[in-house]
Amino acid sequence: MTEAHKFVDIRHAQKAYGDLEVLKDISLTVDRGEIVAIIGPSGSGKSTLLRAINDLDSLTGGEVWLDGVQINKNLPYRQYEKHINAMRQQVGMVFQHFNLFPHLSVRDNVTMAPKLLKGLSDKEADKLAEEQLNHVGMLERIDYYPSQLSGGQKQRVAIARALAMQPKLMLFDEATSALDPELVEEVNLVMKRLAEEHMTMIIVTHEMDFAASVCDRVIFMDKGVVVEQGPPSVVFQNPTEERTKEFLRKHLAQHHAQNAAEAAALTAAQTNEGAK
Amino acid sequence: MDIELILKVYPYFLEAAVVTIELSVLTVLLGLICGALAAAARMSRFRLLRIIGAVYVSVFRGTPALIQLFLLYFGGPQIGIQLDAFEAGVIGLGLNIGAYMAETMRGAIVSVDGGQTEAARTLGLSRAQAFRKVTLPQAMRLMIRPLGVNINAQIKGTALVAAISVVELTYTAQRYIGSTYKPFEMFFLAGVLYIIIITVTGKGITYLDRKARLP
Repeated sequence: MTEAHKFVDIRHAQKAYGDLEVLKDISLTVDRGEIVAIIGPSGSGKSTLLRAINDLDSLTGGEVWLDGVQINKNLPYRQYEKHINAMRQQVGMVFQHFNLFPHLSVRDNVTMAPKLLKGLSDKEADKLAEEQLNHVGMLERIDYYPSQLSGGQKQRVAIARALAMQPKLMLFDEATSALDPELVEEVNLVMKRLAEEHMTMIIVTHEMDFAASVCDRVIFMDKGVVVEQGPPSVVFQNPTEERTKEFLRKHLAQHHAQNAAEAAALTAAQTNEGAK
Repeated sequence: MDIELILKVYPYFLEAAVVTIELSVLTVLLGLICGALAAAARMSRFRLLRIIGAVYVSVFRGTPALIQLFLLYFGGPQIGIQLDAFEAGVIGLGLNIGAYMAETMRGAIVSVDGGQTEAARTLGLSRAQAFRKVTLPQAMRLMIRPLGVNINAQIKGTALVAAISVVELTYTAQRYIGSTYKPFEMFFLAGVLYIIIITVTGKGITYLDRKARLP
């Protein structure tokens, strides 16, 4: 009789670069279908934790389990390569800077991995690409190259590329941080749609509004530890930890300052327009 | 300038130019092979291969090509390597330019954004698949122009084999000076032929680069 396992299970994750401890003994679990946001100041270790889940950054201690299988197994090089490649096929990842393949069309960006790793025929792969791109509203750009797309469009294609491998889990590493403000929404909408379809998602983000509206749970990290976690209503409105309060206060102030600056710029532009 | 003399000797120079082109093509091909192997060795996960690659590159870039040629052609027989002048020229200069090309290729490969490999690995591609499908196609585009610079240098570099008496352009010019006493005309003619070869090659590189450019 095996014990019921957690879908994502991070046990005592530690990561150090020499003396610098980036992750200090973090344990957390994520249920199947759960949508979790990780927030925190830069340097808090949130991206490192996310990247440790599919071993892009290797932990120096601790374990990561996905659906009952340990991801960061200790194996000889060749065996480990085989193991990690198989694991990564089940974990989609979306990056801040999209990392689309510039030498491939949108279609080929989406179909490359399924063709190579799952042996899909050209026809099957094309069908898959059309489905996935349609899902993110990018079907009409299927024969474009990444350089011909806006940031928001690139990110939507990157999401389609990850989804084409039919992952069990999606990781988002500040997926909208590199986007112009007016392009954030289209990516958020795609992520919201995924959430409605009950994809398990771990989202590292700076966007509190998005986290609040989409996520089941918010994890606040600072200096390599999980300071506080809970439903967004609690973490955002009623945080218990002083560090969380301070972070949210600062973040809110920044947010307001930014909005004010944008509003001021807009007014100035309009005034200029009027003066002409 | 003695135009009549030039018109009289130029067919012999054309023949010599063919030898220069042969030398260029063969040394560049050998250089590309050695360069690719050395670049791969330098980026290998095995320390021994990395050391071998690094030693090759620093030895061939750190000594004059002329010394390398002399060592191979004159010193070779002493250790049982018997080559005629043309063979020694191709092998010596090919190994030499290979060291430069190795650095060019490695430079292009490392300048492909690391996020590209990460994205490929995240999808489940192996190291080799990520390299072949994602890094290399981008690096190849980046290396066309700098390899063109190497090739340009190599074409002119073939003049060195005149020193081991391979009958190519420079050697031919020197030989005709001996009988005509007209160094200006002879070197001028050789120079014109070099510049034609270089220009045509340069156009070819530009064409390839444009063809490989991404939208």
